[in-house]
Amino acid sequence: MSRLESKLNELKNQGRKALNIYITAGAPDVETSKRAIIEATKAGADIIEIGIPFSDPLADGPVIQASSTAAIKNRMSPYRVVSIIKELRKNIDNPLIGMGYINSLMSYGYRYGNDYNGFERFVTEAKIAGMDGLIIPDVPHEESTQIKATSRRKGIHLIEFVTPLTTIERMESTCKDATGFIYCVSNTGVTGVKELDFSKIGEVTNQAREFTQTPLMIGFGIGTPQAAANAAKFADGVIVGSAVVKRLQENKFDEAMDLIHSMRVALDQSK
Amino acid sequence: MESRFGKYGGQYVPEIVMPALKETETAYNEAKDDREFQNEFKFYLKNYAGRPTLLYEAKKLTEHYGAGRIFLKREDLLHTGAHKINNALGQALLAKRMGKTRIVAETGAGQHGVASATVAALFGMDCIVFMGVEDMRRQALNVFRMELLGAKVQGVESGTGTLKDATSEAIRYWATNIEDTYYLIGSCVGPHPYPTMVRDFQSCIGREIRAQCIKDYGRLPTHVVACVGGGSNAIGTFYEFLEDKRVKMIGVEAGGKNSFENAKTLSGRGRPGVLHGAYSYLLQTPEGQVIEAYSVSAGLDYPGVGPEHSFFKDEKIAFYDSVSDEEALEAFKFLSKTEGIVPALESAHAIAYLEKLMPQTKESDMIVVCLSGRGDKDVSHVAEILKNSGR
Repeated sequence: MSRLESKLNELKNQGRKALNIYITAGAPDVETSKRAIIEATKAGADIIEIGIPFSDPLADGPVIQASSTAAIKNRMSPYRVVSIIKELRKNIDNPLIGMGYINSLMSYGYRYGNDYNGFERFVTEAKIAGMDGLIIPDVPHEESTQIKATSRRKGIHLIEFVTPLTTIERMESTCKDATGFIYCVSNTGVTGVKELDFSKIGEVTNQAREFTQTPLMIGFGIGTPQAAANAAKFADGVIVGSAVVKRLQENKFDEAMDLIHSMRVALDQSK
Repeated sequence: MESRFGKYGGQYVPEIVMPALKETETAYNEAKDDREFQNEFKFYLKNYAGRPTLLYEAKKLTEHYGAGRIFLKREDLLHTGAHKINNALGQALLAKRMGKTRIVAETGAGQHGVASATVAALFGMDCIVFMGVEDMRRQALNVFRMELLGAKVQGVESGTGTLKDATSEAIRYWATNIEDTYYLIGSCVGPHPYPTMVRDFQSCIGREIRAQCIKDYGRLPTHVVACVGGGSNAIGTFYEFLEDKRVKMIGVEAGGKNSFENAKTLSGRGRPGVLHGAYSYLLQTPEGQVIEAYSVSAGLDYPGVGPEHSFFKDEKIAFYDSVSDEEALEAFKFLSKTEGIVPALESAHAIAYLEKLMPQTKESDMIVVCLSGRGDKDVSHVAEILKNSGR
């Protein structure tokens, strides 16, 4: 059983919901992002998603776009994310999931030679460094065959997506093939805090349940402890990104950690 | 329908967009074989856009260069002033057929934005156009035209405020409003089925060139030349000649200022990568971050290119080269003076390539240049440049 699977199993046995926190590597600066990852686990995050910045993040709203731009200015790259993971692994044993767009992952190690097996090189080195899974929001089911096979061969979970618009047939094939967890997108659109009615995604998670035992995580739009608790009713956990990243970008580090802690409390109280 | 051209193309988009892409693909597959749809498309091309466009023999250009007859495919004479209307009409009819009530589009130079706003007005749909703030400044007249046509122009400040960022923002808007909104891409880029669909809607250009050459001159051209940004007028010009191995197809990219500031995706430093849903040649850093393209012409400064062009390049089906800002500006002035035709700055790149091409041509050659748009929109921008450079 992988580190990610054991963690999710452990939470399930305790009857607790998983709290996934997304933090952009390299924003607002490299040191702060590393410290934020460590402190987030202490504040109650179970799983950390490490954002690998890309210049054109199609699935992201303004907050993560801005943090990505800042991170690229700070020279963050997939290569440096791998070394950050390696360094963090000395201090934390929580599952670490990389989240990035396919173009920068394919370019991995390009500097050192003109071949296009960059993606395989990335997962190989990231696995050795201690990465457990990978989320690539611009690789849907249709394009994932090879990428998934490569990831699995190297022992990395490639996380699948379902959304309120995913058809039944599509959901069945996605769910049957999923490992680690399934990312359930709460609403149409991009990442960023919103007022949402989570019952819509609740219908989706109910459907998904018929096809899989893989844990379901709801993400996109969750910005408050109350929203986290509401969403978690319909799934095995929640994913929070923009709300934390925004505070880190505004240099409100403690406020970001307080938010994570209040979310942890809200999730544990509502179980 | 094949989603790739060789290894290029595909559907690299967030899951939320996939059902809409499938819906579009299914609808297009049906429409393609539906005579009623095709007749309606032809009706609007003829009676609204003004097709067929002229194939004009530029005798003074021919005289100037000496060897080989030069012809201009006059897409600049179309309604709204560029070839963009062909594709906008086709896709808007498809959107209507799919029951969508709103169109979202991106625009660089503003030509596609104007074409989209025009067809939205024609078919009674809402229209929102994303445009980089830098482009809005360069193309203020087109912003006003779009607003006049009833469209909402949304400025995009993220990134460097140009076409690439406007495209990302249009896709994000589409993802958010996907149930009632149709995304009207302006070039043969983006996820499948867009590159195929846009090529099909633009291929009337090449079909007419072939028919006009045969009817009026009893032969095929030896060279077809078109500018390439995303590449829609070029693919529309080339596609009909795919089987004619003796017709040389030449795509001209924006060489910009120098070897760092340009839009030479195919003819310069691009390498394959993924942007806006497709795997294709791309201007990017060694770390895979997309580099902002640069050109004096707002319609060519896109860091990606249509995936079918990437395939054509690798398979040597077409040849891609570039001309600089300066050469394009010279051609802009030259065509205006010699033929009395003010070309769009984009199309001026194709004209400028004649300087490189014509010294190699023979007396018997027949060269067709796609004059993809007219230059009215560029006149004040060019005046400003010429004033600043003291020319």
